Amino acid sequence: MTFDSFFQNLANGISLGSLYALIAIGYTMVYGILRLINFAHGDLVMLGSYFAFYGVSMFFLPWWAAFIFAVGVTAGVGVVMEKVAYRPLREFPRINLFTAAVAVSFLLENLAIVIFGGRPKAFSRPPFMDKMLNIGSITFVSYTPIIIAVSLVLFVGLILIINHTKAGTAMRALSKDIETTGLMGVNTNKTIMFAFLLGSCLAAVGGILWAIKFPQINPLMGVMPGLKAFVAAVLGGIGNVGGAMIGGLLLGIVEIMLVAFFPSLSGYRDAFSFAILILLLLFRPTGIMGEVQPEKV
Amino acid sequence: MLFKRILNVGFALIMISAVLLGCSPAAEEPGEIEEIQEVVIGVYEPMTGAQAAGGVQTMQGVDLAYAQKDEVLGVPVRMVLVDNRGDKAESATAMTRLIEQENAIAVVGSYGSSNSMAGGEVSEAAGVPVMGCSPTNPLVTEGKEYYFRACFIDPFQGRVMAKYATEQGIEKVAIIQNISQDYSVGLAAFFKQSWIDLTGSEEGIVSETSYQDGDQDFTAQLSDIGDAQAIFAPGYYGDAALLMKQAREMGFTGLFMGTDAWEAPELVDIAGDAAEGAVFSSHYSAEAATTPASAPFVEAFQAEYGEAPSAMAALGYDAYMLVIDAIERAGSFDRDDIRDAMAATENFEGVTGYITINETGDAVKDAVVLEVRDGAFKYLSTVSP
Repeated sequence: MTFDSFFQNLANGISLGSLYALIAIGYTMVYGILRLINFAHGDLVMLGSYFAFYGVSMFFLPWWAAFIFAVGVTAGVGVVMEKVAYRPLREFPRINLFTAAVAVSFLLENLAIVIFGGRPKAFSRPPFMDKMLNIGSITFVSYTPIIIAVSLVLFVGLILIINHTKAGTAMRALSKDIETTGLMGVNTNKTIMFAFLLGSCLAAVGGILWAIKFPQINPLMGVMPGLKAFVAAVLGGIGNVGGAMIGGLLLGIVEIMLVAFFPSLSGYRDAFSFAILILLLLFRPTGIMGEVQPEKV
Repeated sequence: MLFKRILNVGFALIMISAVLLGCSPAAEEPGEIEEIQEVVIGVYEPMTGAQAAGGVQTMQGVDLAYAQKDEVLGVPVRMVLVDNRGDKAESATAMTRLIEQENAIAVVGSYGSSNSMAGGEVSEAAGVPVMGCSPTNPLVTEGKEYYFRACFIDPFQGRVMAKYATEQGIEKVAIIQNISQDYSVGLAAFFKQSWIDLTGSEEGIVSETSYQDGDQDFTAQLSDIGDAQAIFAPGYYGDAALLMKQAREMGFTGLFMGTDAWEAPELVDIAGDAAEGAVFSSHYSAEAATTPASAPFVEAFQAEYGEAPSAMAALGYDAYMLVIDAIERAGSFDRDDIRDAMAATENFEGVTGYITINETGDAVKDAVVLEVRDGAFKYLSTVSP
């Protein structure tokens, strides 16, 4: 492999990894607070891209307005999902919540098939995202740096929210102990809703960027990114926002590099990502950034 | 407790009898024809999922054929469509439902060789004749008594594209296959074999890589192609469109080559300018009509849908008409009689060409080579077997 193609692959890996990371954060935030793996999160990614698609093609919004519209509506769906499907089950055994998450996921996918149609749709990129750029002999399209930049800005913003705002502090407190935090006068419902709101916004942005990178959207497009992002969240240490970012980037780069170094194994890319997950969990069960937590009884 | 146990035994009996009833053969005796209210012809196609465009196009043709011919031997036909979602497990389920619940006497479908192979296992065991519209992998009919098809098979299609490439003076080609689809894996192998036969060595194949269903990132595969002048990517239209877009974004300027699964408007919608100049083999072009039945079909199709029929639609039309033809020649609604009539199909005047079913259950037909020009599929040439 030449020096140039290494950097070409690295750039591709980072942009794919940033998307995994954006989506992984949603998983990890919800898990941190509720100990729930929200399997419907991948479907929010799909909804985000569809809302952006319809914003442009049906309501004739300019691309930026369509993207804001899509993020807003997806966040709304995320909040409703929490309120209707998860909140009433919070007091019950964890398995009920988990089952509800799987159910919501199937519900959203099948609703999307009925409402949006099963045929894949072509997502059109804003013109400035479609420009070819050359740096030396590396060729990439302008969306690559944009994806990386947008992700970076969102990561920094999210860290600031979590560490330096009241709502963020409440979220961190909830992740330690929901009941005690509630007793201290924190509005548990509002804080959990806020976490879902943030996660859904990031999922929508992830979905829009995903559709820009891979301009074909279909009702099941969220399944694989969702699973991969879940792997990324576990790799990084589930419950840990910084870990989700690192896990996402790592997974993206490793996936691309594996195929780049071993082209003959390219059909088994997913097998490799999941094998890495198993290996890592064997040696570091809490993930890269995860801490060992005493099991709460 | 005793009561509960009795209840359990009762339920078990009910379930067993339901299964037995569901499995009972439904073949009608030829003498009972007058009493039959309707016959069911089943169709299974991917109407949702990644192959949906293929299924929807096929159904345009099947629906048109059904509208023109909704009774056979004086008995009304009820057509039942089941969505197989382009999934192997769903295809087997769809076929089971058509046979056991709907009592289909014959089945049409399916787009996608893997779907057809999964459905074929079920129809073979139940003894229900099936007419495939566009599954081209040889394994769909191989070793099957009850599976036939209205289209050519992939060893031929692979040769058509290998021949096209060498005729265009291409010396270095990269192959990118979808390892989850029998269709794609088969075509990649047949293309490679034909390439070796034509050029005398496999040196010209500079890269062979794979991807899976659902993969959307092909940058790693594409960074392996080196100085290839052409990419042969025998996958479905959606994958191919993303692949072409990404290849052009990475600076590839050569030729894209594909096969009949590329024929969907989505290829151009998604790939945009990247698809311009791409060539692929297919079954049929409305621009190159072959039989007297072709022109009226194109006309009726235009009137119904306002567009020219695609190869998938034409094959869907032919497959349905072949089933009707077999039932008429059999003169009965018995599944085995229909099977025998299907196997004996000779010089049937289809809209995609004259169809004769050979000993392996396949149609031997010409292929056409199409090119993407100004966002439409334009006819280039016809290749005979």
